[in-house]
Order: sequence, then C-alpha cells, then structure tokens
Amino acid sequence: MSNLSSLSFYIPELIIISAILLVIILDIIPACKKYTFYLSLGAILLAGLFLWQSYGESHALFMGMISIDPFSHFFKIIFLLSTFSIILISRYEKQLDKSYSAEYNALLLIVLLGMFLMSSSINLIMIYLSIELVSIPSYILAGIMKNDKESNEASLKYVIFGSFASGLMLFGLSILYGLTGSTNISAVSSVLQTIDYPLTIYFPLILILVGFGYKISMVPFHFWTPDVYEGAPTPITAFLSVAPKAAGFAILIRVFYTMFTLDGIAPNSLPLTNINWPTLIAVGSAITMTLGNLLAVQQEDVKRLLAYSTISHVGFMLMAFAIISPDAIRAIMLYLFIYLFMNLAAFYMAIFASNKLNAHHIKDWKGMGRMNPILSFFMTLTLLSLTGLPPTAGFVAKVYVFAELFKHQQFYWLAVVAILNSVVSLYYYFKIVKSMYLDDVEGVIDKITAHPVVNWSIIIFSAQNILFFIYWEPLVGFIEKSISF
Amino acid sequence: MESSILTLLIFIPVAGAVLMLPFAKLYGKENVHYYKWIAAITTGIQLALAWILYQNFNPALSISESPFTVQIDWIKHFNIQYFLGVDGLSMPMVLLTALLSFICIIASWKIEKQALGYFSLFLLLDAGMMGVFLSLDFFLFYIFWEVMLLPMYFLIGVWGGPQRMYAAIKFFLYTLFGSVFMLLALLALYFYSDPHTFNLITLIHTVGNIDATIWGLNVKYLIWISLFIGFAIKVPIVPFHTWLPLAHVEAPTAISVILAGVLLKMGTYGLLRISYPLLPGEVVNFSYILAVLGVINIIWGAVNAIAQIDLKKMVAYSSVSHMGYVLLGMAAAISESPAGAQAGMNGALMQMFNHGTITAMLFLLVGMLYDRTHHRWITFPRDYEKPELAGLPGFGGLGAKVPVYTGFVALAFFAGLGLPALSGFISEAMCFIGGFSVFRTLTIIGTLGILLNAVYFLRAYQSIFLGPLNETYKDLKDISRRELVTIVPLAIIILFFGVYPTPLINMIAPAMDGIIKIVQSVI
Repeated sequence: MSNLSSLSFYIPELIIISAILLVIILDIIPACKKYTFYLSLGAILLAGLFLWQSYGESHALFMGMISIDPFSHFFKIIFLLSTFSIILISRYEKQLDKSYSAEYNALLLIVLLGMFLMSSSINLIMIYLSIELVSIPSYILAGIMKNDKESNEASLKYVIFGSFASGLMLFGLSILYGLTGSTNISAVSSVLQTIDYPLTIYFPLILILVGFGYKISMVPFHFWTPDVYEGAPTPITAFLSVAPKAAGFAILIRVFYTMFTLDGIAPNSLPLTNINWPTLIAVGSAITMTLGNLLAVQQEDVKRLLAYSTISHVGFMLMAFAIISPDAIRAIMLYLFIYLFMNLAAFYMAIFASNKLNAHHIKDWKGMGRMNPILSFFMTLTLLSLTGLPPTAGFVAKVYVFAELFKHQQFYWLAVVAILNSVVSLYYYFKIVKSMYLDDVEGVIDKITAHPVVNWSIIIFSAQNILFFIYWEPLVGFIEKSISF
Repeated sequence: MESSILTLLIFIPVAGAVLMLPFAKLYGKENVHYYKWIAAITTGIQLALAWILYQNFNPALSISESPFTVQIDWIKHFNIQYFLGVDGLSMPMVLLTALLSFICIIASWKIEKQALGYFSLFLLLDAGMMGVFLSLDFFLFYIFWEVMLLPMYFLIGVWGGPQRMYAAIKFFLYTLFGSVFMLLALLALYFYSDPHTFNLITLIHTVGNIDATIWGLNVKYLIWISLFIGFAIKVPIVPFHTWLPLAHVEAPTAISVILAGVLLKMGTYGLLRISYPLLPGEVVNFSYILAVLGVINIIWGAVNAIAQIDLKKMVAYSSVSHMGYVLLGMAAAISESPAGAQAGMNGALMQMFNHGTITAMLFLLVGMLYDRTHHRWITFPRDYEKPELAGLPGFGGLGAKVPVYTGFVALAFFAGLGLPALSGFISEAMCFIGGFSVFRTLTIIGTLGILLNAVYFLRAYQSIFLGPLNETYKDLKDISRRELVTIVPLAIIILFFGVYPTPLINMIAPAMDGIIKIVQSVI
C-alpha cells in the first residue's frame, strides 16, 4: 500500500504521535503543564478506541514496512493497557520528581509508539528502528531520577548493554540482507530455505537472537536486568518488565515464525532443516528459567527479586517457542497477557510498600498482612499466580505452555526442568508472604491505606488472576483469533 | 436437590468464608464469636448434608447411574468438565471430612489470635478437601488438590508452634514437589489418550490403549511413577515422610487432626481413584514394591514412634506406621484368591476411615493435655530449658486426677494399637489377611508392627497416667463439656465399627470389587 493511503489505517499511531508532540509543546507553557497527564491518558484511550474499531483488519502498510494485523493488535492492547496504567500510577509514586512529569509522560508515549511499530514490523530496517525507538527513551526513563546514584547507574548499564546488543543485531540483519538481497522478512525467509550452508544461517540468526534476547532478557543476555530494574524508579521497572518484553516477544515470534514456516503453516519438518532451532530455544529456555530462579532465591530486595523472577518467566514463555506451531504461539500470548496483570500487580504493591513504609527489603514488609489486610490478600493471590498455582490465572498460563510440549510430544526434559523450577519459585515468592503474615511483629500495628488509584490498580490487576482462572475460554478464543500475521 | 448436594458440600464452606467478610466490616475483627459460630454452622450444615447423602446413597449404583452425579462442561476446548460424583470409594472419605471439619471447628473454639483469618482459611481448606474427594475430572481434582495447600500453609505458619515457619514452608514445598509431577502425569494422560479427556471414568477405558514410549520407557510406566511421587509424598511413604512429623507437631491441634485425619488419606485415595483403575498393568508390576514400602512404613513409623519423647511427635509417627497397613492392603489387590484381594482392598479403605477417626481422637487428646499443661513431654529431654527437670518423666499418675480424660485416652491408645473390638483391629486384620494371601514373608514382618505399636502406646500410657501423681498437676481439670463434644462422637464410631463393621463394608465393597476386577483383568 502506498504511503498516503496507508495513513488511514494508521490512526492509532498518528494519535500517539500527535499526543507526543502536544505534550512536549504544553510542557513549555507553564500554565498548561498540568494538563499533560490528562492529555497522555486521553490519547491512549482514544488510540485504544480506534484500535478496537479496526480489529480484525490485515494490511501491509507503507510499501511493506509494517503490517497491521490481528497479531499486532493483540500486542497493542497489551501496550496500551500497561502504558495507561503506568502513567496513571506514576503520578502517585513519591520517588519521581513531579517537575519532569511532562517529559516523563512524553518519553513513555514514545516508547509506546516504538512498541506499536515493533509489534508490526515486517521489514529488517523497520525492526531495527523500532527496537531503537523503544530502547533510547527507556535508557532515559531508567535514569530519570537525576540525583539518584543507582538510577544513573541503571541508565548507564542499560545504554552499554543495549547498544552492544543492538549493534550485534544490526550486524546480523545486515548479513541477512547480504545473503538474501531483501529486507522484507517473508522474502528473506523464502531465500533462506534455499541456502544449504547451516553456518551461514546460524550466524546471522543468532546475532539477531542476541538483539531480541536482550529485549526479553533471555539468559545469557540478561545481565542488565537486575541492576536496571533495581535502580530505575519502580513504575518504570514495572513498565520495562511487561511492555517492552511483550514487544520483544511479538517481534521474536513474528520474525522467527515467519522464517521457520511456509506461508504461515508449520510444516512437519522445518524448512531450515540444517539448523536445529527448537533445541537451541529449548536449551535457552531451560537455562533462562533455572538461572533466573536460582538467583532470585538469594535476593533480599523485593524489586531485585521480582527482576530475577521476570527472567524465569521469560524462560517459561520461551519453552513454548521451542515448538513451532500456532498453538504454541497461543500459549505464549496467553502467558504474556496473564503475566502483564500479575507482574504489574506485584510491582504496584512494591510501589505501595516503598511509598508508605519506605520498605525495599523483604524483611521490611513485616506485618503488612495486618497493616493492610486487603492489599496483602491480593498480593498473596498475585504471588500465588506468579508461582503458577490454582486457583489463579498463572496456573492456566503454565498449563497451556506445558500442554504444548505434551501435545507435540517433544522436550519432555524441558517440562521436568520447568516443573522443578516452579517449585523453586514458590520458595522465594513465599518469602514475601512469610514476611507479610508469618513474621512476628512487636508493638501496636497501625493501619496504612494506599491512595485509591494505587489501591484499585492493585486490586483490579490481581483480581484478574481469579477471573481468568474461573473462566478463561473467551480469552483463549480471542487470542486464537489474533494469531494471524 | 439430589444433583446439587455434591456442589453444596464443596461450596457451603466457601460461602461461609465469604459471609465472614461483611461481619468483619460490621462488627470488627475482634468479635471472635461471630466467626466461630459461622464456621460451626457452615460445617454443621455440611455434616448434615453428608449424612443426607449417606442416607440416600446406594452403593450398588455406578457413578453414571447415581442421581448425585453432576457433569457440566467448563472449558470446552480443553475438554475440562465440572464432574462430581460419589461412590463407595469416596463416600467414607466424604463422611470423614465433614465429621472431622465440624469437630475441628469445635476444637478450635479457644482460638483468639486473628480468628477471622483462622476460620475462613479453615473453611477454604475444608472446601478443598471435599472437592478432592468428589471430583471425577482429573483437572478439577488437581485444582482442589492444590487449593488446599495455601490455607494449610497459613494455618501452620501463623497459628503453629515455635518452628511453625519452617514447618509451613517445608510442608508446602514438599507437597508442591509431589503435585507438580502429578501435573505432568495429568497432561500426559490427556494428550496420549484418545479421545483427549480428563474424565476419570472415560480414561479407565482409554488409557489401556496407550502404546508409546518416552526416552525408551513406556508412557504408562512414567505416568504411574509421576502419580506415585505425588501421592507418596502425601501418604507419606517412607522416605518422603520427613515433612510430616514437623508439620504435625508445629500445627495447632485442629490442624494436626485435619492433616492426619484427612490429608494423609488423599495420597492413598488418589492411588485408589486414579492410579489403580487407570493403570492396572503397572499396579500389578508395582504391587510387590508397594507392599515392601507398606511394611517399611509400618516398621519405620513404629520404631520412630518408640524413640519419641514428645507425645505429639509419637502420635505423628504412629500415623506413618498406620498408613503402612493401607499400602499393604492395597497391594493385595493382585491376590489370586478373591477373598484375599477383597479383604486387602476393603481393609485398606476401612483403615483409611478408621485411622482418620482414631488419629483425630489421639491428636485432640494430646491437644487437651497441652492446653492444660503447656508441654507434651513424655520424658523431658536432656537439654531441657529447666535443667532441674531434664531427663525426668513429664507427667505421671494423671489417671487418678482426670479419670474421664484418662478413659478416653485409654480407648484411643488401645484403638491405635489395634485391640480387638475397636475399629482399628478389624481394618488392620483385614489388611494383613489380604497381604498374607500374596506376600507371606512381608506380612509376617509387618505384623511385628502391631507389637511395636503396643510398645510405644502402652509405655506412654504408663508414664503419663499410672504411678504416683506428679504434684505439679494436682490442680489439673478434667475434660470439659465442649471437649466432650469433640471426643464422644469419635469414640462412638470407633466402638461401633469395632463391634459391627458391616455398614462400612457394605458401603465400600461394590466400589472396591470394581477396582479389583479391573486390576485382576490384566494379570
């Protein structure tokens, strides 16, 4: 589709772009500064509305640069939901300097735009550009607390790791272009089928995997994760742990799924039979979840613990990606969707604890169960869901991932590794529960209440864990409809 | 009404727990008696429903013919059903669960610390237990199985003894370790059977056709092993039993009762409900190992119990020993003589029920003693905090001071050691009769367990209740009326089934015959 006629299918993105510009302009005018918050939220809602209207359409826009399809729509819903919630909650986070709030919101909106592009890129150049569009504002956001040493450190580490990874990825992309003579991924895919030298394919694909793996913090490209997550302001940590990760998965699925299937159908034998892709991913998945879990066990800082736990969740999602089939993608998307809710709820609870109690360590959460019984209850529910136990949605997500391995009768060893990992994860998640409920507290306990926005964000996000457990069929049905590139 | 009774049995406790929330809002959390009464009433209704169910229960009807069966689609594309049913196998367990839940609420009457949390968690636990015994869809079964863990974690961890946190997480990790393997078995059963289903009744017919291998091993063999790990930890079968003494000792009295009385039975119930009918071929191959493990349990549990100087720990190890009888009886399902197989299987299920009542009574009695004296040492340990008491007997001569209490303890101890005319004797004897028809030598070794049981029970009885009165306890109060309410029903059941076990046998025999038939068909 030509550039001009593409624009009519590009309305949600255009709304976000205009919102970004408006927020930046309003920031200059002192009288209008306070409206940037509402403007950002309004823009996201409006974009969501247009997105909803166009759901189900499938077009390749801007001469084959990006593709608007149900698959990208699904991810865009995740991005909008998380960005909306993060902008909302950041207003009530004490760590953040409110005088930068307009810049902060603008940066978040830029990341949102980048993620929109990431989920719909079908061109090698676009892939690189969109990843950078997500990364660069993220570096700034991680370091937005200018006077905080840890925040600065986080930002710097993020920049160094990020630029190194994207450099390698760019190298891989250019080799791929050199091999195939095209930048469109489906064209690249069809040329790759005819290449008979495994090493020539391995090399660029692994370099690209470095770039994607860094975005989703897959081991061994995860080293930035704990430090950045710990140093960044908590809302940003929550955001980074959910939205860009989902975007990373979107692009990972789109690129590699296109390369390993013929016309979108998973063949019995991989077209690129020369490289054993599934085993590569399976081993990566096993290492990711095991290392994430083992390191999480030793953590005493809640944010750091959650950071390592997100790494292990990535391992679980990758587990399904070792199977090349639409059902496996469905399992990943279901996991991502549920993971969004449970992870955000857990981080919001960390925001609440650090705002009200100045509690960063697990042991500082002592007595939380009596200071705020309702939120502690929902936090327990969330942690149960993160562990993957019924009656929560986290269990459903895990069952679907495991089911893929059994359905395709492959990688049983991975299933055993994963199942043992979920036992390990119980141990560290319940260190928090133990601190909240079991540890003895001396003296009188005062009730503490959260700001209504924080309060209801936690409650709504963790209540999803019960809702999607009791009846998850419509959700799976929706995801099934969305698997169409 | 008939088809909703099973649903009510599970969800009445949940409703009770939810009902507590408006009360907490209106009257504050400190008004403990509201929560006690709500819990007592809901478990009372549950008990009444269980009794109605029992009255209308016809053991001759199969699950599909029973009017109580509920079967509704839940998640269609995964073929998960809300499928509840009751047969001779689950009926005694349902009665046991309802009875013990009610009794435990009465036994927890003195709980003051965070009563709202305690009673609502207890009711959720109750719902989970009931759900496990009534589910006939494997997925549903698994969910209820897991749902129990969280309330149990809190009940041990918040209201338990000094080492409660360690005990709670150890219990949680151990049981989760077992149940995640069950999850793998569940998925394997689903995807290897044709048509794909979690329905435990349909699976009986389809699992036999599975013919595949993983890593060169038969899939059915691997499924059996995975299920066995899950169930063995719950039973607990030695060497997976180390969580049990710790959890039992640290848990508050009522929770120890539930742990020993109901939760342990889930392991053997799971074997009988899932492993036996679905994988009869593996049962035949494994029954010798099962019998060996049973005998090890009997002996190991008893020997450990003898070594204990803490009364509650002694009772906890006696549970390990008593669950060994169940395993031995179950292993006899392969017996060539029909009478042997029947005796073994019926004995196993009866032992599950009887041990539930006996051990509940034992734990309740230990709890009463602890409430009054604040310790449970049969003999004080050598490194006791008060050096002047170290090494001395903890009690002595209480029999004259608290005669009614002593009488009940005598009854419970004698039931525990298998005295004829008490219910424990009949089921243990049946397990041995069954076991003897197949595994002669093993069973003879196993009978040693009866002797060892007598050693620790009689020694404890002698040390605590006989001899001259220990002057420290000259003001000891005898059993109260509330405590009588918890003890008397159990005592009546123990006596009644000890003299006249026929109603119990009639209730379970057809279901057990069905399982025996399945197992025998593959020999």
